[in-house]
This record gives sequence, structure tokens and C-alpha cells, in this order.
Amino acid sequence: MEFFERFAIPNPSFAIYASMVAAGITMIAIVAGLTYFKKWGYLWREWLTTVDHKRIGIMYLISALLMLFRGGVDAIMMRAQLAVPDNTLLDAQHYNEIFTTHGVVMILFMAMPFIMFFMNLVVPLQIGARDVAFPRLNALSFWLFFMGAMLFNISFMVGGSPDAGWTSYFPLADNEFSKSVGTNYYMIAIQIAGIGTLMTGINFITTILKMRAPGMKLMQMPMFTWSSLIANVIIVFAFPVLTVALAMGTMDRLFGTNFFTIDNGGMSMLWANIFWVWGHPEVYILILPAFGIYSEIFSTFSRRNLYGYKSMVWSMVLISLLSFLVWAHHFFTMGQGAFTNSIFSITTMAIAVPTGVKIFNWLLTLWKGKIEFTTPMLYAIMFIPLFTLGGVTGVMLAMSAADYQYHNTMFLVAHFHNVIIPGVVYAMLAGLTYYWPKMFGFMLNEKIGKWTVWTLSIGFVLAFMPMYITGLDGQARRLYTYSESTGFGPLNMVSFVGAAIMAVGFVLIVYNIYYSVRYASRDISADPWDARTLEWATHTPIPEYNFAITPEVKSSEAFWDSKKNGHVLFKGNYEKIHMPNNSGMPFVMSIIFFIWGFSLIFSLWIPAIVATLGIFACLTLRSFEKDHGHYISVKEIEDTESELRGA
Amino acid sequence: MSELFPFKQVMGFVFSMVLTAVALGVYFFDMSFAVGMTVLLVTAFLQAGLQLVVFMHAGETEDKGAIYTNVYYGLIIALVTVFGTLLAMVWDMG
Ligand code: HEM
Ligand SMILES: [Cu+2]
Repeated sequence: MEFFERFAIPNPSFAIYASMVAAGITMIAIVAGLTYFKKWGYLWREWLTTVDHKRIGIMYLISALLMLFRGGVDAIMMRAQLAVPDNTLLDAQHYNEIFTTHGVVMILFMAMPFIMFFMNLVVPLQIGARDVAFPRLNALSFWLFFMGAMLFNISFMVGGSPDAGWTSYFPLADNEFSKSVGTNYYMIAIQIAGIGTLMTGINFITTILKMRAPGMKLMQMPMFTWSSLIANVIIVFAFPVLTVALAMGTMDRLFGTNFFTIDNGGMSMLWANIFWVWGHPEVYILILPAFGIYSEIFSTFSRRNLYGYKSMVWSMVLISLLSFLVWAHHFFTMGQGAFTNSIFSITTMAIAVPTGVKIFNWLLTLWKGKIEFTTPMLYAIMFIPLFTLGGVTGVMLAMSAADYQYHNTMFLVAHFHNVIIPGVVYAMLAGLTYYWPKMFGFMLNEKIGKWTVWTLSIGFVLAFMPMYITGLDGQARRLYTYSESTGFGPLNMVSFVGAAIMAVGFVLIVYNIYYSVRYASRDISADPWDARTLEWATHTPIPEYNFAITPEVKSSEAFWDSKKNGHVLFKGNYEKIHMPNNSGMPFVMSIIFFIWGFSLIFSLWIPAIVATLGIFACLTLRSFEKDHGHYISVKEIEDTESELRGA
Repeated sequence: MSELFPFKQVMGFVFSMVLTAVALGVYFFDMSFAVGMTVLLVTAFLQAGLQLVVFMHAGETEDKGAIYTNVYYGLIIALVTVFGTLLAMVWDMG
């Protein structure tokens, strides 16, 4: 009995039990459904073992959307709790668990897989490649992310949720102050997902540098590919820092080391320091691909090339460097002197410059363009003023002296939501709408789409603008309630209403998918938006090999050139195509990782050791495996091509 | 004949052994902490550079530009991180 007690949750509540039942029922339903419709084989062959970048992309998308709703429910619960003073909907402990989960889920398990989705789907197509450089590694990246996310998600049902914030500062996060296994989940689940991300970084840098279509020079890559390249460079330099931080945190919690303790020579501030050495570049890892998506959308729907291509690229390169020079702005108030704070204030403000360059480039793209207000474009147009507001408040926070007032208040919360929602989330939704027809062969409904944009935007403004005010008035973040005499009540109620409206917006997205699946026309071309870059030059649905003939490229808008200027993309005849084989190894290996993580979290040493050996066994097997891929014959290509062209 | 003899590699190997011996000296000879750390740091960086250039063939292929850009970029970020951390956590901590 004692053995099982460790899996019990330390702070049970009705909502948690209800979620357990719901999760159990969902699991049973999925298993029963797969069995009933005899889909296990299909699932294994087409998805679990796939190494196709497009399918891996779609799996990232599904995970990201699931996590968006998980994190969204957390958000609504928090806003409901704060809607009126002295509310008792959630107690302090549950509030802590929820904001921690919300932060981790939204950043690491929603936004990250969402950008991974776009990179996987779009980058190989945009550069005219057949897949990524290391397809099987790519599958492993996905499955590690997925298992990390799942591990994190079961925490609130098995053993207890982490409750020390998404930043998990020590000493709060050490064993003395965080007694449950929650923070172990944090350390290990993020570690597993992070390893996957790091491998993606290496994979995509190689892909972009080595696998571009003939003729495509670096300065002719479409802007989304450029932004992905830069984001992946940041990943490769920033994620190892997270890996090390988490490993040190894990050792403190599990093996009694003293990296971040208060005594015995430990230094708890060091955690905050290392966390943000990774954490600040991380926000740019999220925003740069978002910028890339906006760039594609602005130029497509302004019906012209992107204004200032070169300055766009250089501003991103500069951002990537600067993003490593600013991290201390997250702890201006920790006690270092004015000299240090001044340095980091200045570097932080400097980031606003290249960011501003990009904003002006987009505006100038619009200026000379013939604007067409599609749903993706509407998101992009909304992004400009809303994001700029977030950038401006960022510069306010960057002034270290003033930050003593803003730090850890709702003002800060308003700032980062103000950059992340219009910046990252809108880009994801815009890109989803934009690429939907390429993936699924029908468009999402434009009317519902536009309603969604407006609903989300109105909800956003109502939800977050009041926080600037209450924050300046001193409402602290991460506090589960406040008294009536503070006067924060009415504005928090407005916030709650805004959050509820945003929730309606997200439901509209689901409804739009449902509606379009049922009613949208399947009779669309492979290029429904009249777009400019290579990903639109292939058929819909995209054949396994992407392009029957490798395209030849002379500019950053090769497809546009082929449509308008008589550029010939596909020269020559079909030749047999070399493709990678599917493999079950990434999936199996990540399941072993899951077991490994779970065992460590609960200090079950024997299974942990066995799983470690299992991981090494997989690595060894892979090293000795001979897998030369397979060829698609010219005959098969001809058949596929004529079928797709006929349809 | 001289074309066949891997002169560069052999010299690289000898030099990397020397570097290792010097680093090992820190353990065997009595010196202050500061001196010891300096010796270790210098030999470590030289060693890494040597391995990269001689044995991992950085600079021998067409993408030499990309490789060196990456190395320098990494170096800059590492230095900034280390010294920034020292500044914030130790030197300027009141
Ligand atoms: C002009 C650009 C920006 C500037 C000058 C800026 C500045 C800052 C500063 C100084 C802080 C710390 C404030 C405090 O803790 O008191 C902060 C926090 C934050 N920023 Fe920004 N920022 C900018 C853009 C962004 C972008 C583009 C994102 C994300 C996509 C972002 C995400 C965040 C997050 C998540 C936090 C808070 C993390 C936490 O403590 O939980 N920022 N920003
Ligand atoms: Cu930052």
C-alpha cells in the first residue's frame, strides 16, 4: 500500500477527480474506437512510424491544438477566480498549480509545437526539398516532445502538479518548499521535450543549409525559411542551457546536490540566471517564425514582393545575437548593482530597433500593395498595432529603475501576453488558415474566420488592457485573490469577460473546422490564395515526394516568377526518387523515455535503470542497422502525377 | 611520398598530447588556484580548436565560412553568458 501512496495527489479536489474520470473515459473511447474501426494498423503504418515531414507536421499541429485547449481551460479558471474580490472558486494551492501548468503548457507544449508544425510542413516545400536532412531524427524529435508533453500533463492526476511557476525559481522549487513530485515532473518532462527540440534545431539548420533547390542562394530563401533558420540557430545555442539547468535542478531534487540551495555553497539566484539565459532567447524562438509567417501573408495578400528583404534578414540576424545579451532584464530587482542593470537595460532597448525595422517593412509592403482582406491577412493586420503596443510596454519594462515598479505585477503579465497573443498565437492561427487548403484540400470558411479574428481581438483587448492599469496600481501577479478595498475588482471583472470572449473565439475555430469539413468545396486549385513561394507549386494533396522534379530557382519568389514571368520551374524528366523508410524506433524509444522520466519522477530506481539501458539499446541498434531507404519508380511517379493532375 | 605522409595530423596529434600533458601538470605541480585555472582554460581552448581544425576538418570544405561563423558565434555567446553571469551574480552583487 505504501508503495502506491506516492502516486496519490496531495491536494485533491472535485475538479481533479472529474478530470480523471474524463481522461479515463477518453482513453477507453479512443482504444475502443480504434479497435472497432480496425484502425490500429493504419495508425501504426501511416502515423506512428512515419518519417514524412508533412505527417510529422500534422501530428505537431494536433498536439499543439490539444494543448491550446488544455492551457485555455487553465486560463479561464484563473480569470474566473480573479473576477471578483475574495473569491473562493480556487484555493491558493490550486491557483498555483494552475498558473504553473498554464505557463509551461502554453509556451513549451503549445507555442513550440505550433512553430514546429509550420517548420515541418513548410520549410522543405519552400526550399524545394523532398524531406528534412534527417527524417528519422525528425520523427524522434516529435515523439520526444509528445512524450514529454504527455508526462507533464498527467502530473495533476498522478502525484500532483508542479506549483512553483513556469519559471520554477529556486529556492521555492527545492524539496524543502515544493514537497510533492510536481516539480520533478517539471524538471524531467521539459527535459525530454527539450532534447527533441534541440535535435529539431540541428536537423533544420542542416536541411536549410544543405538541401535547397538548385539555384536558391541564401539571400533568395523565402522569408519564412529565413526566420526558421534563425530560430533554429537560437535553439541550438539556447536549449543546451536549459538542458543543463534542468539537469542541475533534477539533481538537487533527487540526489541532494547543492547547485541552487541556499546553504552548503549553493546559489539559488543562479537558477533564475540560467533559466533566463535560455528563457529570453526562447521568446525569440517563438516570435521569429511567427514573423516569418506574417511576412509570407503580407506579401501574398498585398500582391507584391516583401518590402526590404535584405533588412528583414539582417534585422533577424541582429535579433538572434541581441536575444542572448538581455536576459538579466528578467531579474532587475534581484540585487545586482545599477551598473549591471544599466547594461542590460540598454541591450534590451536595442532589441526594439530591429523589431521596429520589421514593423516598418511590413507597413511599407502594405503601402504599395493591393490589399486583399482574407482571414489570414486580417490576423496579420490586427497583429501590427496590437503587437506594437506590447513592444512599447516591453521598452517601458526595459528601464531597470522603472521596472522596480512594474516587476511581478499584472503590468508584466499584460506585456508578455500582449506580445505573445497578437505576435505568436495570431500568427499560428493565420498560418493555420493559410496552409489549411494545402494540407487538407479545402479552405476554412472565410466568414466564420473573420468573425473569429474580431472576437479574439475584442476579447484580447478586454482581457489584457485592464491588467496594465491594475498592474501599475500594484496588483501582483500569481496571487490567487485580492481584497475588495484594493479596488481591483471591476477591472478584473472586465478581464474575465474578455477571457470568456476569447474562449468563444476559440470555440469558433473548432466550429469553423467542423463546418468547413462538412460544407467547404473540395474543388479548389493547388494554389488557392494565388501565392508566391514554392510550397504552392506542388499538388494538393502533396505527394509523398513533394516535387516530382526538383524545382530550379532564380529568386525568392520562384513560383510567382513561374506564373507571371515565364520562369520554368521543373526542367527535365522524371527520375526515380530516393525516399527514407518508415521506422517504429522513434516511437518505441520515446515510450522508453516516458517510462524513464516517470520512474525518475517517483524515484523508482530500478525501472529508471532498466529504461536507461533500453535507451542505450535503441541507440546501439540504430548504429548497426542498415537502412538505405527505398526508391519510387518512374512508373509510380507518372501514375501519381497524372492522377493528381486529373483530380 | 611527402604527399602521402599525414604530416599535419601527426603534428596535431603530438601537439594535442603536449597540451594534455601541460593540463595534467596542474595536478602534479604546486601552483596557486588562479594560475592553475588559467593553464586549464588556455589549454582547453587550444585543444578544442586543434581538434576542430585538424581532426574534424573544419575549414577543408566549401562550407568553411558557415562552420567558422558558427564557431565564432558560439564563442561570443559563451563568453557573453559567462561574463554576464559573473557580472550579475558575483562582481556587481551588492
Ligand atoms: C521590444 C521587444 C521587447 C522588450 C523590450 C521586452 C522586455 C521585457 C522585459 C524587460 C521583461 C521583464 C519584466 C519584468 O519581469 O519585470 C519582459 C518579460 C517578458 N517578455 Fe518581453 N520584451 C519584448 C518582447 C517580447 C516578445 C516578442 C515576447 C514573446 C514572444 C516577450 C515575452 C516575454 C515574457 C514571456 C516575459 C515574462 C516572463 C515571466 O516573468 O514569466 N517579450 N519583457
Ligand atoms: Cu526577456
